[in-house]
Amino acid sequence: MPPERAAEVRAALVAVVPAAVAVIPFGLLLGALAAQKGLSPLEVMLMSALVFAGSAQFIAVDIWTHPAPWLLLTVTALLINMRHLLMGASLSPKIRHFGTGRSLLALFTMVDETWALCEQRSASHRVNFAYMITMGAVLWVNWVATTGLGAAIGALMGDPATYGFDFAFTAIFLTLVVGLWRGPRTGVAIAASAAAAALVHLLFDGPWYIAAGGIAGALTGAVYGPFDEAVAEAAE
Amino acid sequence: MGDLFAQWAASGAFDVDPLTLLAIAGMGLVTYATRMGGWLATRRMVLAGRARAAMEAVPAAVLTAVITPMVLVTGPAETLAAAVTVLASLKLPRLVTVAVGMAAVVGLRAVMY
Repeated sequence: MPPERAAEVRAALVAVVPAAVAVIPFGLLLGALAAQKGLSPLEVMLMSALVFAGSAQFIAVDIWTHPAPWLLLTVTALLINMRHLLMGASLSPKIRHFGTGRSLLALFTMVDETWALCEQRSASHRVNFAYMITMGAVLWVNWVATTGLGAAIGALMGDPATYGFDFAFTAIFLTLVVGLWRGPRTGVAIAASAAAAALVHLLFDGPWYIAAGGIAGALTGAVYGPFDEAVAEAAE
Repeated sequence: MGDLFAQWAASGAFDVDPLTLLAIAGMGLVTYATRMGGWLATRRMVLAGRARAAMEAVPAAVLTAVITPMVLVTGPAETLAAAVTVLASLKLPRLVTVAVGMAAVVGLRAVMY
């Protein structure tokens, strides 16, 4: 492996380890819940391998009945994963140099954590394909294995809230938001997003609050206007 | 090993129900479509001005929205633990920060609820 690529892989492993560790109890729990709903370990692993989206899978397992309401499950997954549209549009200019085939592969592994880490890295580095795909592959293998294991060993897991694991992703995302800070404009976008998301979450069931927050943040960005790099550099 | 495998198979570990498979395929397809769609729609676009500023605000906004129910709408322990996490993240590595945040939420829940 060329040394530059090895360095990208190392950086990706360092960046992704906290997320991979944090996801283990959730993988076990999801597998156990799915097994209680009558899904076999192989079905759970197939779902994790092909869908690879934690929040969508938790909600799917929650509404799962037999026979599987496949249309409802499909539409629900679509709604919960709508945020990927915004994420992909935002990442698009940073991975333009990947080429089509590599982009399609890397995007299959785009989950909240890999996307946010790539966005963060794009501030200081060119986002490398090896960087993104290493993080994606680690989380994918981790997810398929832990959900399958959870389904095989069943409901041995307690409630993750006991050890604060239900807060682990919130904590990870908070550190990522801090890493995305670019001055007051970021603060305004965060405030608008939080206000819109909280309001929509209180008023409507379902994952609409994520789109509401993302769109509110984008609108504040447009109102705030273009980031002038010359002014920012002069101010430093 | 072979015996264990046979036992698992007999217990239904490798069963796949056709409708379950259809549901998984449907969920997988739409999820990949969302992952690809935003990139596909914008890959030839070079954004400038306010459109670019809007797109640059998206990462922090989407991450904030995802955690808003936990941070702002769950209860005071979670809100305070989030503040502790942000403060910790200014000084500490990410893994330590996450551990601090989890410890904070367990401690604050014990004290406040």
